Amino acid sequence: MLGQIAYALPFLAQGFAVTLWVSLLVVALSLVAGVMMGVGLVYGPAPLRWVVRIFSDTIRGIPILVLIFFVYYGLPAVGIHLESFWAAVLALTLFKTAQVIEYLRGAVGSIPKGQSEASMAIGLTFRQRLAYVIFPQAFRRFLPPWINGVTDAVKGSALVSLLGITDLMHAINQVIGRTYEAMPLYILGAVIYFAVNYALSLASRRLERRFSFIRE
Amino acid sequence: MGYTLNFNLIWRNFDKLWGGLLLSLELAVISIAIGIVIGLLLAVWYVSAGRVVRTVIAGYVEFIRNVPLILLVYLVFYGLPTVIDVAYSAQTSFVATLSLYSGAYLVEVFRSGLEAVPRGQIDAGKAIGLTPWQRLLHVRLPTMLRITLPALSNTFISLFKDTSVASVISVPELTYGAQWINFNTFRIVEVYLVVTAMYLFTGYALLYALRLVERRFRVAH
Repeated sequence: MLGQIAYALPFLAQGFAVTLWVSLLVVALSLVAGVMMGVGLVYGPAPLRWVVRIFSDTIRGIPILVLIFFVYYGLPAVGIHLESFWAAVLALTLFKTAQVIEYLRGAVGSIPKGQSEASMAIGLTFRQRLAYVIFPQAFRRFLPPWINGVTDAVKGSALVSLLGITDLMHAINQVIGRTYEAMPLYILGAVIYFAVNYALSLASRRLERRFSFIRE
Repeated sequence: MGYTLNFNLIWRNFDKLWGGLLLSLELAVISIAIGIVIGLLLAVWYVSAGRVVRTVIAGYVEFIRNVPLILLVYLVFYGLPTVIDVAYSAQTSFVATLSLYSGAYLVEVFRSGLEAVPRGQIDAGKAIGLTPWQRLLHVRLPTMLRITLPALSNTFISLFKDTSVASVISVPELTYGAQWINFNTFRIVEVYLVVTAMYLFTGYALLYALRLVERRFRVAH
């Protein structure tokens, strides 16, 4: 039994690399999209705010699995053909973007109005206000929940196995299909996911303590 | 592009979705009820226990929270029966998994609620001669529940959405119904539009109802 699992380890490692690659892509892309849409939600004109609000509330209101199937099966139906890998990344990114929008809204909203008014008074442009006054302060409020949310991206990436992408979850199921050693392999998988996510949540907790001098 | 929406086949198979939605709600309600029992017991035990018990409870909570739900679902349904001699249906298996899963999240919610009960209330309970049991039952738990209601509602909603994972072991809930229609009628865009609307409507209706309950029991500041 141990021999069979040891034999499968390189294959599992490949799957694990895919899990990390999917998570990394999703986290990076959603950070960019989420921050841009979050700024639109806080500072944009009313129609833009409505669009972002509806986007965020809709995405956060449905199960991530439904979103993945919608993107994967729905896009080809309307003539858009993506590889299953990119369909999965797109779906997970949409989901994560909605979370990032909310983290950003919370972080920017926690900065006292006086900061914004003072920077207007000294004649900073909108971009300067964001870059030199608002974002540096909002950053420390944004970081801990965001890092904590990275664990959601890693956990969510396990769902791409349902589209036939050989991530860690799918690799485990394939090895079980050949060896029938279900329990040891699921436990091994759980331990790997746990190690990654627990390390991330420890980092987030440490950062939170690091920034705990900030008071409301 | 050039896709023409046609909802006829969705309505003809709507019983799959409607029955699925009811089953999703049933799975969520049963799992949350069991999860609340697990969460309450472990949280009360945690705040009064020594280091060993605390480590074990924290281990359970951290393990569940850091592993994907889909892996836990597979582990309980396909893995567990290979080592212990029990047979159970996919539905029972999923309820057991989601109960353990929600239990872990709820321990955290209840624990932080118990720790947020003002010291003065517990002292007041002592002063009027309540036993530790009475203090727990009449002072700490009621206050804790009011404090934790908003966090509880959010956990409820997210567990309702998590029931979609049951589709991977063929439990015929809403997402499974959607896939069935997807594969059998190929009205793909339509079925996911309808299912999205069903999840959104049910989720926000639940949220609204829970907010009403919260307002009724809000802690005065």
